[in-house]
Amino acid sequence: MNSVGEACTDMKREYDQCFNRWFAEKFLKGDGSGDPCTDLFKRYQQCVQAIKEKEIPIEGLEFMGHGKEKPESSS
Amino acid sequence: MWPWKEQSSSLAVWRSKCGAGRDSTSSPSKHVLTEDIVHREVTPDQKLLSRRLLTKTNRMPRWAERLFPANVAHSVYILEDSIVDPQNQTMTTFTWNINHARLMVVEERCVYCVNSDNSGWTEIRREAWVSSSLFGVSRAVQEFGLARFKSNVTKTMKGFEYILAKLQGESPSKTLVETAKEAKEKAKETALAATEKAKDLASKAAGKQQQQRQHFV
Repeated sequence: MNSVGEACTDMKREYDQCFNRWFAEKFLKGDGSGDPCTDLFKRYQQCVQAIKEKEIPIEGLEFMGHGKEKPESSS
Repeated sequence: MWPWKEQSSSLAVWRSKCGAGRDSTSSPSKHVLTEDIVHREVTPDQKLLSRRLLTKTNRMPRWAERLFPANVAHSVYILEDSIVDPQNQTMTTFTWNINHARLMVVEERCVYCVNSDNSGWTEIRREAWVSSSLFGVSRAVQEFGLARFKSNVTKTMKGFEYILAKLQGESPSKTLVETAKEAKEKAKETALAATEKAKDLASKAAGKQQQQRQHFV
């Protein structure tokens, strides 16, 4: 899967590989400490940020949509 | 449902749903154009929080393309927030579109957990909300139409009242029927009086003319 920033795709893949390994071998087995991918993630983020901010309004949006617990549909 | 085999199944769920390692292990979705992780952290209580940005093709039906041409060219941007809790063996995702929002917003919340009857099964609880400000537009049109109608009826009634008040010459209010009858009678009288006056004026005018003729001869 490509990144929204074409130039960032390689950085993203590198990070994804690192993350997948850590996720399967450490995190899911109960060891969530020591994420070895932080540097890769920072590099990848810096690349994507610049492109995102130009077009896509993702700032200021609450995580998990401010905990939606809608009981019924509303307009 | 599919068998939840502890970590490996969680990884399978994660890979197919969340796209980590999507390239080789999951089926390609042609309508998903890009995928990026825009936030990720591990909380003190060992939960993994992630926010993913996806762009998808905007596939609108023809009639919608005609109605909303400005939206056609733009891909759909979608955010997916997720919480992976390996200790409780649950994963929650919340997904929604952040553009084309004036047209329609679709929100989806999925909770993945171990089935209570059969721990070998994964259970997914899915909720979705679809909302559109277009409903608001049609509602606004309706309310406007109704308000305008009411206003027109009020104006009409005020107009009636004004005429009636004039006809009645400030006497106490009467029924429409009575007032209408009276109006008719008054109109007759007025017409008669006018005719008499006209005759009178005409004869007076004729008299004056005769006098003048005599003078000149």
